[in-house]
Amino acid sequence: MAEIVLDSVTKQYPDGAVAVRDVDIEIADGEFIILVGPSGCGKSTTLNMIAGLEDITSGELRIGGERVNERAPKDRDIAMVFQSYALYPHMTVKENMAFPLRLAKVDDATVEKKVRDAAEILDLTQHLDRKPSNLSGGQRQRVAMGRAIVRNPKAFLMDEPLSNLDAKLRVQMRTSVSRLQKQLGTTTVYVTHDQTEAMTLGDRVVVMRGGAVQQIGAPQFLYDNPANLFVAGFIGSPAMNFVPAALEHGVLRSALGDVPLTDRVRGLLEGADAPREVIMGLRPEHFEDARLVDEAVRAKGVTFTDHVDVLESMGSDKFAYFSLQGEQATSAELAELAADAGAADVPGGGVSLVARIAATSTAVEGEPADIWFDADKVQLFDPANGRNLTYSG
Amino acid sequence: MSHAVNADTAGTAGSDAGPTPGLSPKAKAALSEGKKAERRLGLLLCAPAILIMAAVAGWPIVYSLWLSLQRYDLKFPDRTEFVGLENYVTVLSNPYWWNAMWVTVLITVVSVAVELVLGMALALIMHRTLVGRGIVRTSTLIPYGIVTVVAAFSWRYAWTPGTGYLAETVAGGDPVLTEKIPAIMVVTLAEIWKTTPFMALLLMAGLALVPDDLLKAAAMDGASAWQRFTKVMVPVMKPAILVALLFRTLDAFRIFDNLFVLTAGSQGTSSVSMLTYNNLIKGLNLGIGSTMSVLIFIAVAIIAFVFVKLFGTAAPGGDGGGRR
Ligand SMILES: Nc1ncnc2c1ncn2[C@@H]1O[C@H](COP(=O)(O)OP(=O)(O)OP(=O)(O)O)[C@@H](O)[C@H]1O
Ligand SMILES: [Mg+2]
Repeated sequence: MAEIVLDSVTKQYPDGAVAVRDVDIEIADGEFIILVGPSGCGKSTTLNMIAGLEDITSGELRIGGERVNERAPKDRDIAMVFQSYALYPHMTVKENMAFPLRLAKVDDATVEKKVRDAAEILDLTQHLDRKPSNLSGGQRQRVAMGRAIVRNPKAFLMDEPLSNLDAKLRVQMRTSVSRLQKQLGTTTVYVTHDQTEAMTLGDRVVVMRGGAVQQIGAPQFLYDNPANLFVAGFIGSPAMNFVPAALEHGVLRSALGDVPLTDRVRGLLEGADAPREVIMGLRPEHFEDARLVDEAVRAKGVTFTDHVDVLESMGSDKFAYFSLQGEQATSAELAELAADAGAADVPGGGVSLVARIAATSTAVEGEPADIWFDADKVQLFDPANGRNLTYSG
Repeated sequence: MSHAVNADTAGTAGSDAGPTPGLSPKAKAALSEGKKAERRLGLLLCAPAILIMAAVAGWPIVYSLWLSLQRYDLKFPDRTEFVGLENYVTVLSNPYWWNAMWVTVLITVVSVAVELVLGMALALIMHRTLVGRGIVRTSTLIPYGIVTVVAAFSWRYAWTPGTGYLAETVAGGDPVLTEKIPAIMVVTLAEIWKTTPFMALLLMAGLALVPDDLLKAAAMDGASAWQRFTKVMVPVMKPAILVALLFRTLDAFRIFDNLFVLTAGSQGTSSVSMLTYNNLIKGLNLGIGSTMSVLIFIAVAIIAFVFVKLFGTAAPGGDGGGRR
């Protein structure tokens, strides 16, 4: 067990592509850290550099205080779980799990015991003599985990270990990965492009974009205080709503009406040197059906009326979708997020908005509804560089 | 309630055991009706190929079998008669035949073994090179692209004292092609030189079957480069290796052209094919020649059978399927 430090690590591939740029991450001993970001942002490259499968172009990687840039993977004492599981097809489950121990020349009795223990933890005992090809996806995934835990390494690296599983199994395995990590207390670096996994699994989350780190922090902190538009849009599902707005005389003029600046927002904006045109960010859960909000509370926010395009009932609450008049918020970050979500070419102009409202709401699809939102929860972003103008980190 | 459900399931289980056997033949019949039609169509589609195969491969085999059972020497055509297995007794008790057999086996085993090692090395190089991959592949394939007889002649000249650079430098002016063991070595070398690229090509196709992740995982698990090769790469590509070995063994066992040009079978360097040629074409002894052909055919069949049996033991368990 050890801490892992990436000190302005950069990776340039032989073809000239810079996949990772000046990444600084300090991972504490026993910490569960998540690397998250859209496809091609350099997560796997970062992980492979920690593993030793890719050379580090510049910067330093330290494991347990020692520089390991030049060490071969096998001398780093790190275990890795691959998206494809990478199980050896010619070996049984038992032989797969024993493989690292056999290479380390551990004696037979110890190998037997360690494999049994790991199989016990992962509920694989009755599959030990089967070949990987005869196992289900979830079982293969567990064997891959087993192979990682048997030798008690300094750290686990996992590259999208659950993305080949179906949705239900993924949720199940997510919990067991989390439990396993707590139980073993081994430093873990986990790569995913699924923000739900990022939010639920990690002690801290590293959000990456285009090879650079955008923000590092606890999941809830990133959710509440995104450093920029990219993080704001990436973390959270459904994603934050972005509405263009203009700052004029202490109010925000937007397609949702005039939003007064609360004391909190005003205070944060003071030192921020805000431009006139901004992007206003609103989380879906900060909306509510106006009819369900007390008069007193209503005064602290803004109410607008619009047609409900689509209404989805989730049982516990409802998602109401609106398309507002006016221009869509534009910025490089938002364009990239849309591209990653595959939404870049969804037709329809204007601003689309999602509001999460109470299940008791009487709003009807295709009818206008009064929707209220909390003006104090507004986050403002600079469209030029994506910076969060109301950041309070 | 639960009782009723139980009774119900018991009922279905019972009826399952009951009427289904009565039903299933019907279903089977219906199924095999469609299957039969499909099979008929399949046979019909295969028929032209089968006819051609029968004409060009089947008939000669049957005809040589027939010839091998006769005393049939074109020098004494009037003495032709059916003699049963007498020709086989003659051949199998003949020291020339057994010498040719051992020469063939020696050349086959040595050349295939060396080709496997060299071919694997070449395949790894070709698989790993990132720059100039095309050039590397093309240049390694050159020997395979040269007509064997042409290549064999250049080997002969190279080993001929007075004209050949190899004879002068390596052999020190000795006529190596006139002594049995050195000549066999030269022939083997020529075989290796010529067919290693083919082996490399087959093995490279096998290497492509080994997922990168698997090798990375092995590296993470603590395997050295050699261990990754022996414990992961070779077992995973075993089917491809076996296919390559089968092809090459069958090929090498029938060695003829290199020998024909380099030694013409002198000094007891004949292979079985060479000996057959000498009896059949030069000696015009159709009976003995055909007997030898049939024996070669049997030997090749045994080799193929052994290899296919080996596949048979390697394939089940879905080693191939697990790779996906
Ligand atoms: N071997 C390579 N040679 C050149 N460029 C590469 C190589 N591997 C990756 N890249 C580039 O580096 C960038 C980062 O790749 P990486 O695999 O780390 O992305 P990722 O974040 O893991 O994406 P994904 O979520 O799709 O797995 C990409 O732009 C990719 O094109
Ligand atoms: Mg990746």
